[in-house]
Amino acid sequence: MPKDSGIGASPKRREDVRFLTGAGNYTDDINVAGQAYVHFLRSDVAHARIKGIDTSAAAGMPGVVKIFTGADFEGVGGLPCGWQVTDRHGEPMQEPPHPILAQGKVRHVGDPIAAVVADTYEQARDAAEAIEVDLEELPAIVDMKAALADGAPKLHDDLTSNLCYDWVLGETDDAVVQKAFDEADHVTTLELTNQRLVANPMEPRVAVGEYKRGTDEYTLYTTSQNPHVIRLLMCAFVLGLPEHKVRVVAPDVGGGFGTKIFHYAEEAFCTFAAKACNRPVKWTASRTEAFMSDAQGRDHVTKIELAMDKDNNFTALRTNTLANMGAYLSTFSSSVPTWLHGTLMAGNYKTPCIQVNVKAVFTSTVPVDAYRGAGRPEATFQIERVIDKAARERGVDPIKLRRQNFITEFPYDTPVALTYDTGDYNGTMDKLEAAADIAGFAARRAESEKNGKLRGLGINCYIEACGIAPSNIVGMLGARAGLYDAATVRVNATGSISVMVGAHSHGQGHETAFPQVVAEMIGIDESQVEIVHGDTSKIPFGMGTYGSRSLAVCGSAMVRATEKVINKAKKIAAHLMEASEADIELKDGMFSVAGTDKSVAWGDVTLTAYVPHNFPLEEIEPGLEETAFYDPANFTYPAGAYACEVEVDPETGKVTIERFAAADDFGNIINPMIVDGQVHGGIGQGIGQALLEGCVYDENGQLLSGSYMDYAMPRADDVPFYTVDHSSQTPCTHNPLGVKGCGEAGAIGSPPAVVNAVIDALQSGGKNVTHIDMPLSPGRVWAAMNG
Amino acid sequence: MYNFEFEKPGSIADAVAALGSEDAMPLGGGQTLIPAMKQRLNAPSKLVSLSGIAEMKGVCVRDDGALSIGGATPHAVVAAEAGAHYPALAGLASHIGDPAVRNRGTIGGSLANNDPAACYPSAALGSGATIVTNNREIAADDYFQGMFTTALEEGEIIVEVRFPIPEKANYQKFVQPASRFALTGVFVAKYADGVRVAVTGASEEGVFRWSEAEAALSSDFSASAVDGLSVSPDGMIGDIHGTPAYRASLIKTLTKRAVAAAA
Amino acid sequence: MPQVSMTVNGKATSGDVEGRTLLSAYLRDHLGMTGTHVGCDTSQCGACVVHVNGEAVKSCTMFAAEADGATVDTIEGQANADGSLNVIQQAFQDHHGLQCGFCTPGMVMSAAALLKENPKPTEQEVRDYLEGNLCRCTGYHNIVKAILAASGQDVGAIAAE
Ligand SMILES: Cc1cc2nc3c(=O)[nH]c(=O)nc-3n(C[C@H](O)[C@H](O)[C@H](O)COP(=O)(O)OP(=O)(O)OC[C@H]3O[C@@H](n4cnc5c(N)ncnc54)[C@H](O)[C@@H]3O)c2cc1C
Ligand code: FES
Ligand code: FES
Repeated sequence: MPKDSGIGASPKRREDVRFLTGAGNYTDDINVAGQAYVHFLRSDVAHARIKGIDTSAAAGMPGVVKIFTGADFEGVGGLPCGWQVTDRHGEPMQEPPHPILAQGKVRHVGDPIAAVVADTYEQARDAAEAIEVDLEELPAIVDMKAALADGAPKLHDDLTSNLCYDWVLGETDDAVVQKAFDEADHVTTLELTNQRLVANPMEPRVAVGEYKRGTDEYTLYTTSQNPHVIRLLMCAFVLGLPEHKVRVVAPDVGGGFGTKIFHYAEEAFCTFAAKACNRPVKWTASRTEAFMSDAQGRDHVTKIELAMDKDNNFTALRTNTLANMGAYLSTFSSSVPTWLHGTLMAGNYKTPCIQVNVKAVFTSTVPVDAYRGAGRPEATFQIERVIDKAARERGVDPIKLRRQNFITEFPYDTPVALTYDTGDYNGTMDKLEAAADIAGFAARRAESEKNGKLRGLGINCYIEACGIAPSNIVGMLGARAGLYDAATVRVNATGSISVMVGAHSHGQGHETAFPQVVAEMIGIDESQVEIVHGDTSKIPFGMGTYGSRSLAVCGSAMVRATEKVINKAKKIAAHLMEASEADIELKDGMFSVAGTDKSVAWGDVTLTAYVPHNFPLEEIEPGLEETAFYDPANFTYPAGAYACEVEVDPETGKVTIERFAAADDFGNIINPMIVDGQVHGGIGQGIGQALLEGCVYDENGQLLSGSYMDYAMPRADDVPFYTVDHSSQTPCTHNPLGVKGCGEAGAIGSPPAVVNAVIDALQSGGKNVTHIDMPLSPGRVWAAMNG
Repeated sequence: MYNFEFEKPGSIADAVAALGSEDAMPLGGGQTLIPAMKQRLNAPSKLVSLSGIAEMKGVCVRDDGALSIGGATPHAVVAAEAGAHYPALAGLASHIGDPAVRNRGTIGGSLANNDPAACYPSAALGSGATIVTNNREIAADDYFQGMFTTALEEGEIIVEVRFPIPEKANYQKFVQPASRFALTGVFVAKYADGVRVAVTGASEEGVFRWSEAEAALSSDFSASAVDGLSVSPDGMIGDIHGTPAYRASLIKTLTKRAVAAAA
Repeated sequence: MPQVSMTVNGKATSGDVEGRTLLSAYLRDHLGMTGTHVGCDTSQCGACVVHVNGEAVKSCTMFAAEADGATVDTIEGQANADGSLNVIQQAFQDHHGLQCGFCTPGMVMSAAALLKENPKPTEQEVRDYLEGNLCRCTGYHNIVKAILAASGQDVGAIAAE
């Protein structure tokens, strides 16, 4: 029987009412009395030296409040990178400065050169057109291989080259790896790209900065997944402001997908300019601006080699990846191709010898950072594509080959630095085979062929490391932050509860799911529990929402804080019932003394806590409010198996997704409805990556896919209904809820399934096509078929 | 966007007069012009809205048998009202953009803009339509003069488009995955005196007639009639969505499908 | 400055606008009705869909002056008179047809226009009708399901599908 409340139930989302009636409060809905508007004059060339900026004509234009250029930020810090990667020789990565407004040079189309603050947005834009910028154009640096060639033009004059770092993980002795390949019975090699994507949350970024002279206090409203992180980075590294004087608010946020994690120039600018102009300053990105200023995702070029013995056991895996950083290091950019990617290269398989080589490269393009999945989709795509190719080369069933090499014993130490605590990959694959009706595929293929279409089936597995992250481990690996989270459970006198959490909900439904946990622990109605998030003046210092971490990390903090509350409440109950604390039981919102009929209600205890007339004041303080910080002991390891069926039109190359099934193991599940929704959304984005999306620069560094006219977003008619199964559940062994996280799985697991399916379809039509780079647009599929 | 003066006349005559002032532009449904103005690509001093001119709206059959569509008629109205007379044209209109775009965008605006990937130009050229402006009638063969270029003079507005109704016709649109405009679109129409095949989305010269296919189909209106033909990739558009060779291949595939669907 | 007046969700409104003031800006900035969202500048995302004289339009791609004298309906006016969610809104909540909520106003308004035109659409018709409404969160599964449910069709089989 499905429950109708508490853990495992699917209550309707309470946030929906405001979103469905137009009563949401997104950042662009916030207007502060007297606000001015900023427009950024952005570079229209990829790489140039700034020889002069003349703002004199613009300054006199109607409505102009103040014009800023890089010179105004000379005493101010640049945007920091939160993760220092150490290269294969033990040296720190090259870390160029990232100014708020360009200083000396512009390094990508969209790099801000000047900022005009004016009474209206249009006046700011008019004045920006009157700014004269003298640029000496320099060669664009777009191709990563060319960027690393000897004598290549340098993007950052003070660095030794365009190489950010050259990193290795796993077996560092090349000879050992080579030996494994030399001894192999078969080696499958694949060169592939994981194309650059634009995250494209439907809400563009917005920032509103406000400064109160009287109290010397700042408020920044911003579209962020992690307001405390923004406050820390902006105060400590960029503007040098005391944190207690700065409030950062991330109200309703219209999707993030990673790209709203990072600290952006516009946020720091609006905060800074609010004081400099003595007026609130608002910036709302147009979608065009978003395409050239939101950190982008993926962009890896990889060669992967898989060695097998005569029985098709995987014996070694070696990869060489070039990872594009773009022009500057965005907040977590350096960690994505390394610790979020290399560490996942074992996948679900017991390959004993793995070597991952990554060179990160600066190019004159928009910075690249985490996008839904962040590193893990890149890892999964390589592994699952090369296995598929290997299965074809060896003439074995791709499911059988995977099953044969699955890790089956846990905990399992991978050769690439992780310890998987639990999983059941065969069990999950069983679920998939049923959910996808793999047995019925042959008949469906025959039907498609009757209609002149090619039909293919693609299978893959994935594993991810979520619940980011144990602070001591990530600290060792170069993170400049802790990755715990925090929750404060504030019980009100009448028994209702406000839970202030560090996690931020921008679609994940925390306001509904988190109360399910607290309400169940205490035994009260969910409506008595309210989640507060997104405002540094209200919430404890938590790290926000990304990396499928909210429930696993912040939810665990919430559980710990609730436990503290319950423990204290039991003390009060014991006092009220004149019993021993050890005998107090809490069930359904009632405290009782074991073995007696004495009881006292939750509300009586909470009232006593705040009206402590009869209270053990000598033992405990009045009030009922507890905070917990939770630092996870390990990552969590959601895993799954996905199946996609496609039809390919052999005349046009058009691919249609006919069926898509996902079987995931997320451990325990708090709200199945929300989990399904998260998987659906991830699959939608994964299908987008596989078939439609691609961020493309020409050789001059101009963005060819700079709007929805050329960047293909998945639409309702590009996707089918999905079949989602999460009944395979191996609870996480180290967090109190046994949860693993589900936010990224869909985006990680789906691209290889789609590509494997298309290759399968083409092969069934007698085409000897072994790989096509994403997106598998009709033109590319057609070219592969006719190539 | 730059500011401008807004005017909404009630008659063609008033519109033409209003368009007499310097840098004035007509505003159809705004579905192309407004996005362009947001990018500050246009700076009209005045926009003259054609949406309030009743004599420029509607669909009817003329005495000479041609289908007449008012220049300010939205795509959705064509989709709904042209079907009984010219189903292929209604079908084309019903797949332009999305429902909200179709409620505003107009046939006159589409033909005046002559986007190389737009749908209507292929119907007008493929039907041998007549573009009627406030002061003359222009044959479709003379009207389209390359991407975004037409025979229209400054201040001239399309008040009506007349489509001779064919015996059979069909439009095949293969969508560009991002914009959903035509990556390539082929309009085939069979008249008593021959077949016309107009291709949009593919050529750097904008919409064009594929004369070899017209000749072949005029003598044998069947998909197989074009089997032996091929389109040269020379002069075809190459971009991130498709190479010239791909577009050339699509032209043939879509032509065959259009013929099959029309027959 | 031209003066415009229009009836928005049944209430008379008027204001001084510039020629270039978009209907979306009139609603959001002049009337403070921020339920209508703006998600792009190329008229593709549909977050801004409202009804003008009963027809779905992209309010970011229509000048306020063009809507002078018109009847405009927005997401703020969709709930029932007693404040409860209407059938479409309720179906979106029941079937988890929204996550971040940013696309939702446009989705609901497009769905309303669809069901007015076609009270019992097929799955394919729903998907086709949403061509101009982008959602980045839901993968569309639950949006399509919600709209089918709002049309009174049985969607019980879809989750299992
Ligand atoms: C999301 C989206 C998707 C689209 N998809 C497609 C598609 O698939 N296929 C397709 O063909 N089109 C598509 N379009 C374009 C759409 O059809 C436009 O409506 C059309 O191209 C322009 O018509 P309009 O009435 O909106 O003209 P406007 O945008 O108002 O004007 C366009 C130009 O024509 C001029 N003009 C307008 N009316 C007249 C007239 N009567 N006489 C002379 N000049 C005039 C204007 O001055 C302007 O220069 C799409 C548009 C959008 C926003
Ligand atoms: S904001 Fe109107 S279509 Fe995107
Ligand atoms: S719910 Fe977030 S964009 Fe649709």
